[in-house]
Amino acid sequence: MEFIYNTWPWYVAGPLIACVLFLLLFMGRKFGMSSNLRTLCAIGGAGKYSDFFKFDWRAYKWNLWVLFGVVIGGGIAFHFFTPIAPQLNPDVVLQLKAYGIVSANQSFLPLELYSLDRLLTVKGFLLMLISGFLVGFGARYAGGCTSGHAISGLSNLQMPSFIAVIGFFIGGLVMVHYIFPLIF
Amino acid sequence: MKQVLYLFAIGLLLGIIFIKSEVASWFRIYEMFQFKSFHMYGIIGSAILIGIIITEYIKIVKAKDVNGNKIIIQPKQKGFTRYMLGGIIFGLGWALAGACPGPMFVLLSSGFVSILVLIFGALIGTFVYGLIKNKLPH
Repeated sequence: MEFIYNTWPWYVAGPLIACVLFLLLFMGRKFGMSSNLRTLCAIGGAGKYSDFFKFDWRAYKWNLWVLFGVVIGGGIAFHFFTPIAPQLNPDVVLQLKAYGIVSANQSFLPLELYSLDRLLTVKGFLLMLISGFLVGFGARYAGGCTSGHAISGLSNLQMPSFIAVIGFFIGGLVMVHYIFPLIF
Repeated sequence: MKQVLYLFAIGLLLGIIFIKSEVASWFRIYEMFQFKSFHMYGIIGSAILIGIIITEYIKIVKAKDVNGNKIIIQPKQKGFTRYMLGGIIFGLGWALAGACPGPMFVLLSSGFVSILVLIFGALIGTFVYGLIKNKLPH
């Protein structure tokens, strides 16, 4: 039980993610999460506005089943198997405190960004909407996200994925080091 | 129907990994971009390393999938601009939200209502890309 409740170390989680990649390939599928967003747009009728969404989404329905599993699995793990919040490097906890984010080591997500109170402020709402927009837009523009490019793509040793992952890190580093000080 | 159940089960496993390894935690993503922990690098790095072995093995032995078809891994089209620009935009969002598309959905049932707005934003982002796709450099 101890193992289930504690944080899974990298050498357990990494190989398990590779295992998911293998299982999906073995099922004759592939590992890519963000393409579900496109499928969901297509189901919602986005094909009326752009040819990008005019495709037979039924052929991609299988991935929605994976996504459904992810939602349920995440819920089970979050509510029943995770009694402690991520325990961070003390340097990071101090840094975040300086930004006014004091929920580190106490909450799974920062309450200063994700709480309902924050969502009901203009800034809090916009931060959520904009960050979601960037993820959705960027993933489709780059043709994949962390699962499609970083895991599947780099495992296949393909150049486009290597470029995309470098892009992911440039964007992430710019956000954390240059834009966070302006936001928080 | 059976296949659907297997796919659902694989998703279930993935969802549990995302939470238990804390990949879906905003704090872990922040810590990664501050280079203050090996955790995320270890996860992504070991997943890729083993992924390379799996992918090469599949190619060398010409492995077949569960239906008896040869497993084909479609390579991405060659290019630079779309991968770099799209990657940077994605990275900005990844660091701010602290979640990429998988973890976003993992957190859907966590009870944080904000996730709904995050996913809504991601859907709008995807939709807008579809609208202006032809005007963007690729």
